[in-house]
Formats: sequence, C-alpha cells, structure tokens
Amino acid sequence: MATASGRGRRAGDAVVAPPAGSGPGASATGPACPVPLPEGERVLLAHGGGGRLTRELVERLFVPAFRNPALSALNDAALVGPVLGRLAVTTDAFVVQPLFFPGGDIGTLAVTGTVNDLAMAGARPLWLTLGFVLEEGLPLADLERVVGSIARTAAAAGVAVIAGDTKVVERGRGDGLFITSAGVGVVAAPRLVAPSEVLPGDAVLVSGPVGQHGIAVLAVREGLAFSRPIVSDCASVVAPVHALLDAGITVHCLRDPTRGGLATVLNEIAVQARCEIAVHERQVPVSDEVAGACEVLGLDPLYVACEGRFVAFVAPGDADRALALLRARRDTAGAARIGTVRAAGGTAGLVTLTTAIGGQRVLDLLSGEQLPRIC
Amino acid sequence: MRYLDEYRDGQAAQRYAEALRAIVTRPWTLMEVCGGQTHAILRYGIDELLPPGLTLIHGPGCPVCVTPVAALDRAVALARRAGVVLASFGDMLRVPGSAADLLHARAAGADVRIVYSPLDAVALAEREPEREVVFFAVGFETTAPANAMAVRLASRKGLENFSLLAAQRRVPPALDAILASPDCRVQAFLAAGHVCAVMGIAEYVALAARRRVPVVVTGFEPLDLLQGVAMAARQLEEGRGEVEIPYSRAVRPGGNPAARAAMDEVFEPCDGEWRGLGVIPDGALRLRPRYAAFDAARRFPDEGGERPAPRDGDCLAGLVLQGRLRPPDCPAFGGRCTPEHPVGAPMVSAEGACAAYYRYRPRPAAAVAAVGAP
Amino acid sequence: MCLGIPGEIVAVREGGAPESPRLAVVRFGGAEREVCLDLVPEARVGDFVIVHVGVAISILAREEADAVFGYLEEIQALSELEAEAGAPGEPPEAP
Repeated sequence: MATASGRGRRAGDAVVAPPAGSGPGASATGPACPVPLPEGERVLLAHGGGGRLTRELVERLFVPAFRNPALSALNDAALVGPVLGRLAVTTDAFVVQPLFFPGGDIGTLAVTGTVNDLAMAGARPLWLTLGFVLEEGLPLADLERVVGSIARTAAAAGVAVIAGDTKVVERGRGDGLFITSAGVGVVAAPRLVAPSEVLPGDAVLVSGPVGQHGIAVLAVREGLAFSRPIVSDCASVVAPVHALLDAGITVHCLRDPTRGGLATVLNEIAVQARCEIAVHERQVPVSDEVAGACEVLGLDPLYVACEGRFVAFVAPGDADRALALLRARRDTAGAARIGTVRAAGGTAGLVTLTTAIGGQRVLDLLSGEQLPRIC
Repeated sequence: MRYLDEYRDGQAAQRYAEALRAIVTRPWTLMEVCGGQTHAILRYGIDELLPPGLTLIHGPGCPVCVTPVAALDRAVALARRAGVVLASFGDMLRVPGSAADLLHARAAGADVRIVYSPLDAVALAEREPEREVVFFAVGFETTAPANAMAVRLASRKGLENFSLLAAQRRVPPALDAILASPDCRVQAFLAAGHVCAVMGIAEYVALAARRRVPVVVTGFEPLDLLQGVAMAARQLEEGRGEVEIPYSRAVRPGGNPAARAAMDEVFEPCDGEWRGLGVIPDGALRLRPRYAAFDAARRFPDEGGERPAPRDGDCLAGLVLQGRLRPPDCPAFGGRCTPEHPVGAPMVSAEGACAAYYRYRPRPAAAVAAVGAP
Repeated sequence: MCLGIPGEIVAVREGGAPESPRLAVVRFGGAEREVCLDLVPEARVGDFVIVHVGVAISILAREEADAVFGYLEEIQALSELEAEAGAPGEPPEAP
C-alpha cells in the first residue's frame, strides 16, 4: 500500500486542555524558529510511519513552529475552550501547483483560506487543525518553508494551530504536498451573517481588486511568462471584516470569491437569497496587471479566483460608512461598491451586469475552468 | 489599457447608436464573421443598441467551432499514443470529437499540454527530446503565420521530434460559400480585422465585386463594431457594395507581407471540411511538400486522417454557422445542448455563437421560451 | 476568432542565436510578456503592436487611432444636416 500506516502514533496529533480563558490569542505565541532539519534531505515514507523520523518531524518542525500549549501536549486530541457564543466550524483542502507562487505558498493559502471562511460567517477565528499529505521525495526544505508560512500567517490572523497529522504517500502518488484543514471560530454577535439575511436594496461591496491570486498562479503553472511577476492577493480578511462588524455596520452576508471568482459567488448568493443582483462592470476594481494578463490570455477577471478579498452585502443606509471604513484601511484601500440587490421578479438567482458601454447582460456561472484561449 | 479602453467608451457608444438610428431607414441583415466579434457584441450588449430592423447574425469565424470532428479524433488518438505530447491552444480542449474531447483524454492519462503560442510548442520539443511533440495547429489566417514560424523554427533547429497536426482554415472561401447558399440572408459582412491584418483585403475586394456585397473590415472593441455596423448600413442604404477598412489602425490594404510570406513558404491552400458547413474548396491549409517531414499526419499515418466526419447527430450547428438559425431558436438550445453537455461545437468555445447566447442572455426557465426572444 | 491584443514594446532583445526569433518585451496594461517580432521586422521600442498567440502581427498606426471618433463626428454631422433639411436621406440607388 502506498500510504504510510495510519495506525500507531500519528505525527503531530496533539492535545491540550488550556484552562478556560486561554483563548486563541493567549495560546498563539507566534512563530518560533525551529531547529533546522538536516539540509538537502527529502521526505521519506518513514516520515509518516510513526517512528523516529515522524517524531523528529513533529518535534523539530511542527511543534516549534506552531508552539502553543494545546499542540505541545502532543495528545491525540486538543482540548480548548470553553468559549462564549456560537461556534463556526469549517473544513478545507488545499491543492495548488506550484506550491510556491508569487505572493504566497500552499501554507499561506491553507491558513488564509480557512480563517477567511470562518470570517465569512462573522466569526472570529480561534483554532486550526492541519493535515499534511506529503509526497515521498519532497525536499524537507520546502516543507519547512511552508510550515514557516503557516506559522507567520496564523499568528497574523490570531489563530493557533492546535492539532495536526502527517501522512506520506509514495513518490508519484501525490503532488508534492496537500494540506487539509479544519477551523473553529466564535460568533459573538446574535445577528446571523448569511445569504438568508440578504435584503433587496442591500449594497454589494468588494474589498479590493479581483483576480490577483488566480492570475499569479496561472501565470506560473501554465508556464506563461510575465516579465514582471503578478503577485497573489492571498491574505487574511479577518481584520477588515471585524472592523466592519465592530463598527456596527449592518452586514447581512459575506462571501470570499475564491474558486470561480466574483461572478460565481454572486450567482451562489443570488440563488441562496432568492434575489436578483445588479452589478456595474465599470465599478468592479481590477488592477492593471490582472486586466492586462486577462486580455492577453482571453480570460474574464470576474471569474478569476481571489484569496484575500471578500464581498459584503450591507444595509443600504450603512453602505457609505462601510465603504469609507474599508477604504481607510491599507489592506482594503481598493474596496468598491459594485452593485445592488433587487427583489427577484421572475428571475430569482439572476445576476445582471451593466456593461462598460451601458448595455445589459447576464453574468452567468461558468461551465468549467477558464482556459487560455486564442480566439 | 491604451488602445483598448478608449474604444469601450459608453458615451461614444450611445452617440453611435443615435447616429445609426438616423442612418438606417430599412431592415438590413449583417453578418459579423468572427467569433471574437460575436463574443464582444453579446458581452457588451451592443446588439441592444442597434435600431430595430438592423439584425446581426453570427458567422462561422470561430476556428474552434469549425475544426472538423475527424481532426479532433485524430488529435485525441495522437494524445493517447505513448511517447507523444499533444500541445494545443487551451480553447480546443473542451471541443467534443466523435467519442471524447482532449480534457477527457488528459484525465485518462494522455499527455495534453496547453500552450499559449506555437513557438512554445517548439520550445517544449527542444526541452523534451525523448518525446514526440505534436502541435494541434488550428486557426485562420491570423494564426497560420505563427504556426508557419513554428515549423520554420523547428526546421532550422533540426528538431526531429516536432510535428504539426494541421487543421487550419481559410476564411474567404467560407464567406463565398455562405453567399452562394440559396437561402442566404446575409446582405453585408463585418470582416474579421485580424485575418485582414495578415492577409490584406485583395480577396475581399474580389468577393465584394463578384457578389455585390459590402465588406467592412472591423475591429473587436465596442466602438469598432459600432463603426463597422454604421459603415455597412450606409453602404446598404446607398446601394454600394465595396470594401472599407474602419479598423485602419491595425489593417493595411496589403496586409502584413512578412506574415504572408511565412505562411506561403510553409503552407498551401487545399480543400477542407468546416464543421457544420461541409467541405469548402480551398477552405483549408496544408503543409507544403518541402515541410512534409513536420506533418503529423505523415509521421503517424495510422492515427486516422481528416475525412468527412459523421454528422453531428441532429445538431443544427451548420445552420447557426451559416447564419440561417439564431442559437436560441434551435430546439436543442439550453435543453439537451448546454456548455456542460454540448451537442454541437458552437456551444463549446467561448467564441461560439450558441455559447455566447447561453452565457450572456437570460434563459427563461421554460425550456421552450427561447423561440423568437428578442 | 483571433484574439489580438495591443501592447507596447518596452524592450527588444537583439542578438540571440541566429536561428532564434527576434524577441521583445511587450507591456499589456500592467502585465508584460515576451513576444516574437519576426513578422514585424520594422517594429521598434515604443511601438504598439497587435499580439496574437505570442507573435506580433501588426504595428498599430497611431495616426489612425482616432479614426473611429472621426467617423462618429462625420455621421453625426450628416444626420444633423438631414434633420435640418427635414429629409430622411437619399433613397438608395438600385444596384
């Protein structure tokens, strides 16, 4: 069997029962500098086998990087909490080629992707667990680099990595490194942030220029050369989301436009909220880099993935304040109001676009991945 | 972006729309030849700005859509062959052959790589000398010079593991075929700007004279298209049938001599099938004998040839590509035929007329509602 | 058909191997990529070229860039004239 045994001792499975009150902030002590692993070495099947090499990986790489009481106990389950409020729970899987791209790597993505999903429920992220599926032969230096990114990104987002697991698959049976995650956060406010809360008249805001991540990854992956690298927008949106909520802005719904981009999440929400969403193409922020790359590749930036943006549906009376607040922050300075929610006529679930020249059209779901085109 | 954004100006577009209303006194039917133009028309909602009675029908200028099933089947067969890398433009991957498309072939283990340029395919052959790199050369006269350069480059570098699966098509014979059809509705053409940037207008001058039809060489941005429509409408109103070049910033009457020379050195015209239109005399390009060594069809003769394809079931794509049927009027549109499960090629490519309607126009929930929707 | 995008030549790489294509760095908005100039041998830094599948196929004629606006003026003036004359335009000649 290709996989290392899942029985026996699991790498990085961990536990702890920090006393009540040792919430996320308290347990995350920030990134630590791990004792370097031997240089030039590669991941072996034995690193997932539960023996010495597994322990070495856990003790010399994971634990020092993510250091927190819950993890350091190295029990089979981490004990955390209790917390006040409803819990938000999410899970995600990360597969990206290349593992390292301009502006981030699979580790950055694993943390931001998970905490951003929690933030979209109005939650404050507290804890993460991570599962690593390593391909035999992956340079340990690559793994270290990814783990370092995870530690830095988690600390910045105020979350602690409290449990983990590592498995190794035979060379050729993985893609270097896959990461799965679970995230837990707490929702303090009584009001729900969800598609069901969206109302006709709501303003639709986007927190910054769209499509940076997708283009950054595509450019590297498809061997498309850009003389000046386009950088991923991969980042946590926890801080700006809570800045909105803490300021008392009536936020009805939040969604991060990852796979399928802005157009896809607008379609999802229009269907879930049984409304119509009207968007102005001219108002959607797109950077010069992404606009140029999309023209050259024949792609539509509205369908290109972001990893550090969110779409907010805000009560009309709060829209100006929300936009001013976002624009005053450095990480969301490019925010814009892009459209309005309308009561559905016979067209619940429809997203319409006023085009650059003032025409009207449907902004539909894509049928598959966008492929670079010649015609 | 410079030389793009200024041609997407909403106010100027509205002024064009107004001026058009003053020009047009009778119903006219124009065909925009190129799929890129169709895409832009529906993407920007340009058709909605036109005066009533002025109808745009969508031409066959989508190389992805007109590539015959037999060529696709051969590409799939080559991709599945051990030791072969099939290099293709991204938009060919989803087009269905008779049994499979390249995406599914790739999923089943075939080595299919997306390239942005034919020159990238040559570089691939250089990088992986132990593999046979076959480049799936689709496209019209715009793309043929780049394909020719790839062959020339491979020849100069002495690469023995590079070949071309030639499926290129020539546009003017197809336009002639459309006009020759007894129930042709087309009264004027918006010709494809980038084909003419390479070829110039000589063939179109002959066509316009022979068929007494206005041919307006048009660009791809909203204002370009509106200008093209206005010029064509004026010609029709005034009873003229000549070639005009509003897209003069990119098109010279003589085309691009270097590009034409490259193309002529490597390729020669031949009869060829257009998916949906049938075999068109001189409607295709093949490698000249001196470059026969780079012909994938010769190198892998056992992988089937380009022969007339089986009919695409009951797909009416042929009528759509000739402008005789509007996509939403097809009984399969949006029901049996969707981009996820295409029956015909125009539903596959982003440039295909059916896919453009499907993507940019509302689809009433009732499956039959599309009939005659404006 | 034939996606062709205008970009500005920001650098030309002369002097590769004799069989190599003449390459340039071309800027499209904020993105740049390498483009083959073999089909536009007279192109220089600062020229805008139409790029299709990584190959420049035409040099943009700057003096023609405003043609689309010039034509708009022309037909607007025409329709105003006709409106003043109160006539709907000349009847078409029979072909």
